[in-house]
Parts: sequence; C-alpha cells; structure tokens
Amino acid sequence: MNRSHLAFFGLILCTAALPLFGEAYALRLGTIACMYAVFALSWNIVGGFAGYPSFATAAFFGLGAYATGILMDKGVPLLVSVGGALLLCLLLAALLGAVLLRLRGHYFAIASLSLVEVFRELVNNATDLTGGGMGLNIPLMSGSSVMSDATFFFYAMWGLLLMTAIAVTVVATSKLGFGLNCIRQNETAASMVGLNATLYKAVAFGLSACFVGAAGGLYAAWVHYIDPSDVFDILYSVKPIVMALMGGLGSPLGVMCGAFLYLGLEEVVWRNYIQIHSGVLGVLIILLLLFLPHGLVSLRGGKVWRGLFGRKVSHV
Amino acid sequence: MLAVQVLINALVLGCLYACIAIGFSLVWGVLNVINLIHGSFIVLGAYLAWGAYNWSGLSPWYALLIAAPAFFVFGYVLQRLLLNRVITAPVLVTLTLTFGLDLILNNAMIYYFKADYRKLLLDPPMGSISIFDVVVPIDRLIATGAALLLTFLLYLLLRRSRVGRAIVAVRLDRDAAVLMGVDVKSIYAVAFGLGAALAGCAGVLMALIFPISPLTSSAYLGKAFVVCVLGGLGSVSGALAGGLLLALVEGIGSVYLGPAHAVTLSFVLLIVFLIVRPQGLLGRKGFE
Repeated sequence: MNRSHLAFFGLILCTAALPLFGEAYALRLGTIACMYAVFALSWNIVGGFAGYPSFATAAFFGLGAYATGILMDKGVPLLVSVGGALLLCLLLAALLGAVLLRLRGHYFAIASLSLVEVFRELVNNATDLTGGGMGLNIPLMSGSSVMSDATFFFYAMWGLLLMTAIAVTVVATSKLGFGLNCIRQNETAASMVGLNATLYKAVAFGLSACFVGAAGGLYAAWVHYIDPSDVFDILYSVKPIVMALMGGLGSPLGVMCGAFLYLGLEEVVWRNYIQIHSGVLGVLIILLLLFLPHGLVSLRGGKVWRGLFGRKVSHV
Repeated sequence: MLAVQVLINALVLGCLYACIAIGFSLVWGVLNVINLIHGSFIVLGAYLAWGAYNWSGLSPWYALLIAAPAFFVFGYVLQRLLLNRVITAPVLVTLTLTFGLDLILNNAMIYYFKADYRKLLLDPPMGSISIFDVVVPIDRLIATGAALLLTFLLYLLLRRSRVGRAIVAVRLDRDAAVLMGVDVKSIYAVAFGLGAALAGCAGVLMALIFPISPLTSSAYLGKAFVVCVLGGLGSVSGALAGGLLLALVEGIGSVYLGPAHAVTLSFVLLIVFLIVRPQGLLGRKGFE
C-alpha cells in the first residue's frame, strides 16, 4: 500500500457518498461515473499494463448486457444473471485472447475492433433469442420505487467498481502485473527468459473483459431495454482509451480520474451542444493527443503532484 | 445460371471494394497509420457527386475530376498540420487521432446533410444489359470500369513516377530513404493526400450505386479493413485480390446462408486471416 493506492481507494470511497445528495440526477451521474471507471480500469489491464491497443470493450459490454438480459427474461434473479455474464465474458475473452493476442500492434487493434462487429451481427441475426434489431425488454424489479431502484443500481455499480479496483491493484502488484509490464516493454525478450506470454495475455484479456461484461449486465437491468446498435456502440470501445489517455496510461488512479473528468466534460458538452456533441468530442481528443500526450498525471504541478502520485508514469 | 450471376456480381463488386480499400491500404502501408477517417472521406466524396449533380447538373464523371484534386489538398494539409506531429507515436495515438478527426467530419456531415438516406438518380437512368439470364446494371459496370482505371493509374504512379518511387522507397525502408535524400515528411503528406483523393473518387463512384448517408461511413471503413487484411498491405494488386475474394465470399455467403450473415462471414474471414496469414494473400512474410 503506497500513497497512490490510498488516494485511489479514498476516491472510490468518496464516490460512495453521492446518494447523500439524494437527487435522482446525482444518482444517475454517479452510476455512469462508476461504469466509466470500470471500463477505463479494465481497459488499462490490457491496454496500459500489457500495451496492447484493445478496441474490444464494446464487444464484451454488449455481450454481458445481452447475456444478463436473456437470463433475466428466463426468470433468473438479477445478481445471478450478472454473475453469469461475468463468468461468460471471463471465459470467452480468455479463450479469444489466447488466439487474438498473438497479433501485435495494428493487427490486434483491427481484430479487436472487428470482434465488436462480429458480436453485433451475431446478436442481430439470432432473432429468436435476442429479438434482433427490435431490441430486448428486460423485466422491471417488482415493488420498488423509482428512487430506491436508482439507489440500488448506483450501489451495485459502485460495488462492481470496488471489485474492479481491487482486482486491478492485485494485478498491478502481483507477478502477473510484472509479467504484463515485461510484455509491454519487450515481448520477445520476456518469452526468451521463460515467461509464458500467451497465458499472461489470455488472463489479462479475460480480466479486462469480465468486469466490463458485468457492467453491461447491470446497465441492461438498469435501463430495461437494450438493442444491438446501443450496447455494441463502437464509442464504448473508444471512450475508455480517451479516459486512459486523459488520466495517464498505466496508472490506475490517473485512469480513474480520467474517467471522472471525461464524464464531466461529456455532460457539459451534451448539455450545451447536443447537435454537435460528437464533433466536440473529436476536437477534445485531438487537443488531448497533441498537447497532453501523457495525460493529467504528467502535468507539471511541481513536487505536489509527484509527491501525491508517488512515481512518474514513464511512457505511453 | 445462378453461379454465373453470382460470379459476375462478385467481379463487379470486387473491383469497387478494391477501389474503396486502395487509399486506405496505401496510407497504412506507407505511414503505418490506420486511417479511421477513410470511411467519412468516401461519404464526403459521394455527397460531392450528389451535390454537383443536383445543384449544378454536373455529371459524376466531372465530379471525379473535381474530387481528386480537392481531396488531395484536404488530405495533404491534414497530414502536414496534424498527423505529422504524432507520426512517430505508438499505434494507439495515431489511431485515436484519426478517430477524433472522423468524429468531427462525420458530425459535420450529419449537421449539414442530416442523416437521411439520399440517392443520386441519373436522369435518364442507364438501365441494364442482360446476356442470356445474367443481368448487369450499366451504372455498376461503368463504375467498375472507372474503379479499375483509378487503380491502374495509382499503379502507374507508384511504378513510373519519381514521387511514386519515393513513396515505395519510404514504405520499404524509411531510414534508408532518408539517407538517399527523400524528404520523408512531404512524402508522408503526399501519400496521405493520395489516399484521401482515392477515397473521394471512390465516394463519387459509390454515389452511383449505393444510397448516401453519413451513417454508411463505418460500413465502408469495415470493408476497407477486410480487403486490406485479405489482400496484403500497401500493394495495388493485393487490394484487387482482397476485394475480389471478399466480394466472392459475400456473394456465395448471401446465396447459401442469407444476406444477413454476409457481414458476419466477412469479419470472421478477417479474423481467421489475421491469425493464419497476417501478411495477406499476396503479401510477403515479414513485409507486413
């Protein structure tokens, strides 16, 4: 436990106090903030630690959403369904990861991007099970008010964020994290000294997918209606990358701050420029890449920052 | 007769696919950048053809002559001003940058043209020819011919001209090219401009055949991905081979599995190719 871990978990605990403000809007925003933080932290496992540019977030978000939705329609309770979605994503991603992560650089990026397309088309065409393009309705929880519903989903998403944060911290401090770092720096050398790169990468991909899948499940139960173009939206793959770039690649605290900051910006843009919001997002991405390529963590606030965050993030 | 019809359709569509992919392949091969704005360039080219025809009665063939230089300049400036600044950064950065550009361009098109589907309807329509039972629409045939011509022109440019040889040299070995006195930054900008010009021209041709909407840009981009990976990067003949293979697989797939599964099939093919033969059909090993 160093200072950056303390700050990391402190921030998560602070987030839990949001319902004290009691407004429905605060709850909605808080739920999305937790979801985005789950995305960004999960992406960071494979994109930040292992250095593989993954665009598969949307694929597993949608898969988790649909798995949960279908299970709940069959009468399975919510938490069991979400758990099922989590396991499914973990196993499937580990299997796919063992194959896909043999590709490097651009080729991996494209393969993970097309994973989203494949999953979306499969869901689109399996009309009997998923309702196809008509979408899928998910039953409401009986006998609860709107506010208690919102509070429940906020804490569910927050709990998921806490789980993700613990998992990420464990990974970062364990042999797995060390191995992933080696893979990022020089994969050939890492496997030369006897590191089982395929296994490490498969586990990392599985871990980066399972929490996203569970978040998708909670999202589906929360909004009660999903359709393929909504949950398999490629923007879900890109947002975590922007968040991570904003916060500083590789550092969990930075990545989570990036997620919160991104959400704040997104809300402001949505509220003021609804017709051109994606264009404004594009401008934001470009400015970020050109002028702040190492994220917020790299901002020169003098020693305060370096003292707060322990170590400098070495490279992108 | 069905088999012949499927084959002819695949041949026609394959050349168009090659035309979509070739600029993308050039940029990827030479600059090592996955250019996500490519799809939106194509759609913008299609709007250019639509606007030229509907507002000033200009035939799409002349639109082709406007599109090529206009898109070249656009691409050249974009590369010089923005992309060259991050060209040496890791994949993630260049990819995300082009994604940001794509968001801007696509949003601008939705804003100005709305998301409605439009169609460039030639007056009078060109009709179709049928030999025995095989039917081929004439507009498709002409668009295919133009696509082949564009592809051939690019081939000539890369083979015969001085700047073309420099582009190929940079693609083969950047450092050696610098030592031989090639101005790499300007070659990058020229290559990106060429890629944009080809995308614009492809868009003009697409306007003759497919409906136009900003929402179709990701479909074009997806095709470009698949064709590039199937055929191999950066080579003209590779793009043609990839385009034909993709069209053939999609054609056969939609006859036997139903058209809904054609897209899935093409992406599964993409993933299989990435794993089994990442250098593509015509690429050489270690050259990807």
